[in-house]
Amino acid sequence: MTVANTETHPVTLPADLRISTPRHHVVIFAGLLGLLLVAPFVLYPVFLMKVLCFALFASALNLLLGYGGLLSFGHAAFFGSASYVAAHAAKVWGLTPELAILLGTGAGAVLGLGIGALAIRRQGIYFAMVTLAFAQMVFFFALQVPFTGGEDGIQAVPRGKLFGLVDLSNDLTLYFVVLLIVFGGLLLIYRIVHSPFGQVLKAIRDNEPRSVSLGYKVNRYKLAVFVMSATLAGLAGATKAIVFQLASLTDVYWTMSGEVVLMTLIGGMGTIFGPLVGAAVIVTMQNYFAGFGAWVTILQGIVFVVTVLLFREGIIGVIARWTKKAL
Amino acid sequence: MTFTRRLLLSAALIFATGPAFAETAVKIGVLNDRSGIYTDLSGEGSVIAARMAVEDFGAAAKGIKVEIISADHQNKPDIASSIARKWYDQDGVDLIVDVPTSSAAFAVSDITREKKKVFINSGAGSADLTGAKCSPNTIHWTYDTWALAKGTGGAMVAAGNKKWFFITADYAFGHSLEKDTAAVVKAAGGEVVGSVRHPFPGTDFSSYLLQAQSSGAQVIGLANAGGDTVNTIKQAAEFGITQAGQSLAGLLIFITDIHALGLKTAQGLVLTESFYWDLNDETRAWSARFAAQHGGKEPTMVHAGVYSGVLHYLKSVEATGGKDSAAVIASMKSMPTSDPLFGKGSVREDGRKIHDMYLFKVKAPAASKGPWDYYEKLATIPAAEAFRPIADGGCPLLK
Repeated sequence: MTVANTETHPVTLPADLRISTPRHHVVIFAGLLGLLLVAPFVLYPVFLMKVLCFALFASALNLLLGYGGLLSFGHAAFFGSASYVAAHAAKVWGLTPELAILLGTGAGAVLGLGIGALAIRRQGIYFAMVTLAFAQMVFFFALQVPFTGGEDGIQAVPRGKLFGLVDLSNDLTLYFVVLLIVFGGLLLIYRIVHSPFGQVLKAIRDNEPRSVSLGYKVNRYKLAVFVMSATLAGLAGATKAIVFQLASLTDVYWTMSGEVVLMTLIGGMGTIFGPLVGAAVIVTMQNYFAGFGAWVTILQGIVFVVTVLLFREGIIGVIARWTKKAL
Repeated sequence: MTFTRRLLLSAALIFATGPAFAETAVKIGVLNDRSGIYTDLSGEGSVIAARMAVEDFGAAAKGIKVEIISADHQNKPDIASSIARKWYDQDGVDLIVDVPTSSAAFAVSDITREKKKVFINSGAGSADLTGAKCSPNTIHWTYDTWALAKGTGGAMVAAGNKKWFFITADYAFGHSLEKDTAAVVKAAGGEVVGSVRHPFPGTDFSSYLLQAQSSGAQVIGLANAGGDTVNTIKQAAEFGITQAGQSLAGLLIFITDIHALGLKTAQGLVLTESFYWDLNDETRAWSARFAAQHGGKEPTMVHAGVYSGVLHYLKSVEATGGKDSAAVIASMKSMPTSDPLFGKGSVREDGRKIHDMYLFKVKAPAASKGPWDYYEKLATIPAAEAFRPIADGGCPLLK
């Protein structure tokens, strides 16, 4: 058997398997960017930054859940530890924000490697439970160690100067920096999903034994996507710490893991733009319904139940079905 | 054309009436827990208290227009900080009051300082608010953990209860409460015979209570808060700890907790507060008005602190003739405070409000004459001794 024999002739792949970028995705990304560039002049920038950070967080989870088929119930661990590390770096070590965010992201990646290496050995509900257990350990760690400030969190984190030059205390300036980070993250996720690596990932998601039989080292792919997802979740958490000048237990608590799963499901699991929409919906609800107090969580629950009952693919998932386009 | 004329006309009207009413519009944000464990001790009651302060001050007649808004911070620092930021940036809020839960209070304090507004804290406990983390824009009104430790610890030891045992929630707040109280106990000549830490939040306290019971201590100090304290007291009642001669000392507990527990369970508990509705005629009269608006519930010291703080703020707004934060705070610190609830007092340079504190003991059911008749006053801790001396706080503002 020689190599020449296995060479294939060009084959036309069906539309949803083609790796080239569909034109409507370019249009949507451009439109989205335009919208986000104008938005801070109409809406409150701090609110928008919150939406952006959670959009990135939800997209990171979606990379794992929607494309890798792995439901992690412990993503708050990466989000939260990254925000603690970034906050500590900016406040105590006095690092510039970009270095603090980088360090935070790195912490997310390292933690992702550790937890991922163990968690991917199990499937389904066991995988979810293992990630949850690790996240609870991280929560306990954050509650106990002195540097996190216990239930006070790390507060009054300086926003500092980007590269020591650009003053970020102005909300609008910070907004564009956050927009750059988040948009960069989203494009990276898009690139990962539409790469050959992403194709293999989808194959594993859809039929793991077949992928194994085709010779793919499934566990390596799973670990890789887990670490990527954790890293991006860390990026979102570190950015959030700089924006809100605060890293607190809320960021590592299990409800945060639940919330981000909720965002992903409402927006549309396994769609590129779904998590963005889901994050926007949930953050907007939390923001504008804050006056209802405890009812916010009940309203979130109702929205979730309605989503699951009526449109299980999520908001973007349904739109994608109607328009017959992958979104 | 007509529009321009109307505009000119209204402009003329405004100018004509302007000098007669030099109106200052003040917006007060009441930020507290409206859905969780601190709802009863802060919540809607604080809004009522703030509104009563505005009425009693006679703001409208003095040309000060006051608007009060409120929100739920769910005891989370991140939610508190985003609400405070939005209030200052977008809604034009000048003063934030209440804010129970120390972590949320720190967040609001930081943002208030950044935005150069005013923050009067009534609900939170941490003494660091006027210590290491003090801010020129924050005034800590009602109580703090140091004062509670001093009141309960010092007075108990003075009454001959020298041997202490602590049941401590295992996180930063519990540790600091235990540390502060133990220091007070030792300084007063007492002794700490042991302590045990329980996970936070905890549900089963029986093993810790048994340790406390067998330790031979005279006092069991509860260095925890909220639901943990309530659960510890309930289970202590099941073991008959106070009936057997040991005292329970709540280091952070409010009258609403006692109300929820019932006298049968809570009897014999010793605690410190800065206000009780049944202290004197003035507090009774005020509390009756408050209860009429709050479904018959008597006010907590946090509600009283909100009233007193808002009143003092409005007096300072009147005195300075505007709402410039720096001027108002300077006036608040220089003008002595006076109101029916806390009597005469003052605001220190580090932001600490000074007044008397009281040591109470929860009555036995037989001794209680009716609903909300819960406390028996054991001692008054005079203002000069009740709070941490200004030099010991380490507030960086003073250097």
